[in-house]
Amino acid sequence: MLLAVLSGFILAALVPWLHPRLGVRAGWFYALLPAALTLYFATFLPQIAAGEVAHFHYTWAPGLGLDLSFYVDGLALLFALLISGIGTFILIYASDYLAGDERQPRFYVHILAFMASMLGLVLSDNLIALFIFWELTSITSYMLIGYDHENEYARKCALQGLIVTFGGGLALLAGFIMLAVVGDSYTISELLTQGDIIREHEWYLPLMLLILLGAFTKSAQWPFHFWLPNAMAAPTPVSAYLHSATMVKAGVYLLARMHPAIGATEAWILLCSLIGAVTMVTGAYFAVRSTQIKRVLAYTTVMALGTLTMLAGIGTEKAMIAFGAFLLAHSLYKGALFLVAGILDHETGTKDVLKMRGLVQAMPITALLAALAALSLAGVPPLFGFIGKEYMLEAAVGAPSFALLLTVMATVAAVLVVAAAAIVAVRPFYGERIETPKQPHDPPYGMLAGPAVLGVLGLLCGLAPGVPDALLISATASSLAGEPISANLALWHGINLPLLLSLFALAAGALLYHNWERVRGWMGRADALYARGPEAGYERLMQGMMWCADWQTRLLQNGYLRHYITTTVLTFVVLVGYTLITRFDGSLAAGLDVRFYEWIVAGVLVAAAIFACRTASRLAAVAAIGVVGFAIALLFILFSAPDLGTTQILVETLTVILLVLVLFRLPGFVSFSTRNQRIRDGIVAALLGVTVTALVMTTINYQFADPISAYHLEQSVPLAHGHNVVNVILVDYRALDTLGEIFVVALAAIGVFAMLKYTLTGESQDRHRRLTRAQEQTTGDSAERAEGERQES
Amino acid sequence: MEPLMAILVGVMFATALYMMLRRSIVKLIIGLILLSNAANLLFFTAAGLERGAPPLIPLDAEGPLGVVADPLPQALILTAIVIAFGVLSFALVLINKAYQVVQADDLDQMKDTDT
Repeated sequence: MLLAVLSGFILAALVPWLHPRLGVRAGWFYALLPAALTLYFATFLPQIAAGEVAHFHYTWAPGLGLDLSFYVDGLALLFALLISGIGTFILIYASDYLAGDERQPRFYVHILAFMASMLGLVLSDNLIALFIFWELTSITSYMLIGYDHENEYARKCALQGLIVTFGGGLALLAGFIMLAVVGDSYTISELLTQGDIIREHEWYLPLMLLILLGAFTKSAQWPFHFWLPNAMAAPTPVSAYLHSATMVKAGVYLLARMHPAIGATEAWILLCSLIGAVTMVTGAYFAVRSTQIKRVLAYTTVMALGTLTMLAGIGTEKAMIAFGAFLLAHSLYKGALFLVAGILDHETGTKDVLKMRGLVQAMPITALLAALAALSLAGVPPLFGFIGKEYMLEAAVGAPSFALLLTVMATVAAVLVVAAAAIVAVRPFYGERIETPKQPHDPPYGMLAGPAVLGVLGLLCGLAPGVPDALLISATASSLAGEPISANLALWHGINLPLLLSLFALAAGALLYHNWERVRGWMGRADALYARGPEAGYERLMQGMMWCADWQTRLLQNGYLRHYITTTVLTFVVLVGYTLITRFDGSLAAGLDVRFYEWIVAGVLVAAAIFACRTASRLAAVAAIGVVGFAIALLFILFSAPDLGTTQILVETLTVILLVLVLFRLPGFVSFSTRNQRIRDGIVAALLGVTVTALVMTTINYQFADPISAYHLEQSVPLAHGHNVVNVILVDYRALDTLGEIFVVALAAIGVFAMLKYTLTGESQDRHRRLTRAQEQTTGDSAERAEGERQES
Repeated sequence: MEPLMAILVGVMFATALYMMLRRSIVKLIIGLILLSNAANLLFFTAAGLERGAPPLIPLDAEGPLGVVADPLPQALILTAIVIAFGVLSFALVLINKAYQVVQADDLDQMKDTDT
């Protein structure tokens, strides 16, 4: 199982090496992998159909309690089969669609990596692993939308998709962590059995909202739906695969997966069913409004995702069955339709349905496949789409809350989708032939294989609904419910309300398509309203963020060292000062037994430090610094640190010599500041001084842990044979520390040497000289040439 | 002695900061030297002060006789002193170089990387 999930990554890594060796048919070769995976996953079917689940467990990071475990139940298997099955045809299709494109290897790397991530996502049994695969799909999606990376529009759309899904991903991570804390486990299959505990917990609402936010952004639910139509900037195989059949369904998958753990509460039902219904109608509306074939399909995908969310929200047994049936039906017909759209684009050179008509003679097979898939989309019996829609309407009618509202919205969406299906499959192929930018004909078999297989599967599933039911749909519905459900899918339900609604939708949709031109005109008038919709909000948010970043960079990164220092120091003063005042318990440093010579050293130290600040002479300042250093050395010696004293004296001497050597190559002290600036800086400095003094006074009596140096003192002679304990610590106990110190000093020495040795000015002067010489030569040449031309003329 | 040391450390920090806030890079260097001294002194004080009892073990003894000063902070400060010197010498040569290139010792004229 681990190999099955990771094989996509492995093949993706090999693509750059393999591709030049495989030639034009590379796509067919890569397609062997998803084909093999499809067969592998199909071997699980009998087990799953029998109501069992399969677990796979691999230790990952045991110290952190992270395992790489996989879990196969009906829901996961349905997704895994869709991912690998559709993936097979996408790869075959792409090898013809992208024929001659130099960027092909990159495409295959990304799409194979995506496939592996998506498989990992649906099969993971661990929240963190699921999250990582989730984000990987977002990243690969970003790469694939921006495939045409020299096109600014494509880049912008890719970034939009990435920001929206990553924003949701962050929320999702927070939600997952809360869920894991509440359920006390990162294992999904364990969490699913603890639904009652989770739903009762006080964190339930926030964690559910966060998880829903992640799912809604990924599955393009209103108001985040706008990124999906823009993602159509990707090549068509990508749109068919990621932005219709698989990735965008990750959010819906998550809703279904989490349903037994966090679903079926009032808030869940309200949010999922209403947002799903709004998304459904919005998507269907814009599908009819659009004229660009891929956008029409993208909006019907939005509609389908809304429907699935609504079904996950309704949560009745009927809704669960409808979820499984609709999901399968949608993946089959929408994948096929996208591939047909790609064929049309590829063969005619336009994506605009208004610019293509009467193509049926030129591309009869394509027209047939389009019709097959579109009939399923419209929900015409006996195709599987009809069953999916019937169950969807039945679930809406039988919803425990908002039944009437949901039924009306579902019917409206169904009417609009019938029209959208006609726009895609009737409009381009029939009617009077008009000229297209390219001379169209049926594409190579590789491009027809995908839509043909998917379309025929849709038909077969519709004719024999018992087969998908027995194999998968019941098991999927059971995964959602958390208990066994038997779906008993059937084509004929008798005459009931859903059937009547279905018939009404077909008739009304046909009428709508007939008057499409006029309806589009009406819809166009409402565009101004949409211009202020969620996408405008996104744009404004992005602008606001840029403005804020700009503003705070200008404020904080202003380039003035003293502003940085002041900000840092004042922050320190405020935080430490606040803590000192609020936590002060009256304990102050005592011990005023100061010897008279100590008073003298201290006095000299203070006087020298202040003098160093006040003097206008460089030499005097350097001398004062020296005095400060030596006074500190004296303090070290007085308080039992002879080694420190000697080191300090040596270093201080060197410092003074160095300062004297270097400072006199620099200009003298100039007073740049005004009196007010000096006062302001003085106040900041005084604040720091007072804070540090207060810090020492109040904390000196605290001892949080016993000093470890007792051991050093005891063992210095027996273990290290040294009588000076400080030296023993430096060269023995903490020898590595000292080695690091030697490195630092050596590095400083190298830096100093480099700066003294190599003068930038000299080198740049040299380069400058060379440049001017080259310039003179070219001007000389051109002058000669001009001279020659003049003579010729 | 601790209160006096606390005041000394405070004064050192204040003067160091004051010098670091100047626009002249030479004063910045002086502030830097004061700051590293101040930090060493702070650490030294915080570790506890002990008069006349260095952490030395007599040649004929196996362990210290009586209470001695804590050797570990001393070892750490010793490292700090040396490193501060390394940093100082580097900074000193750096400003020297910067002055040669930019021909200004005013930090405000060095606030952009593109000049």
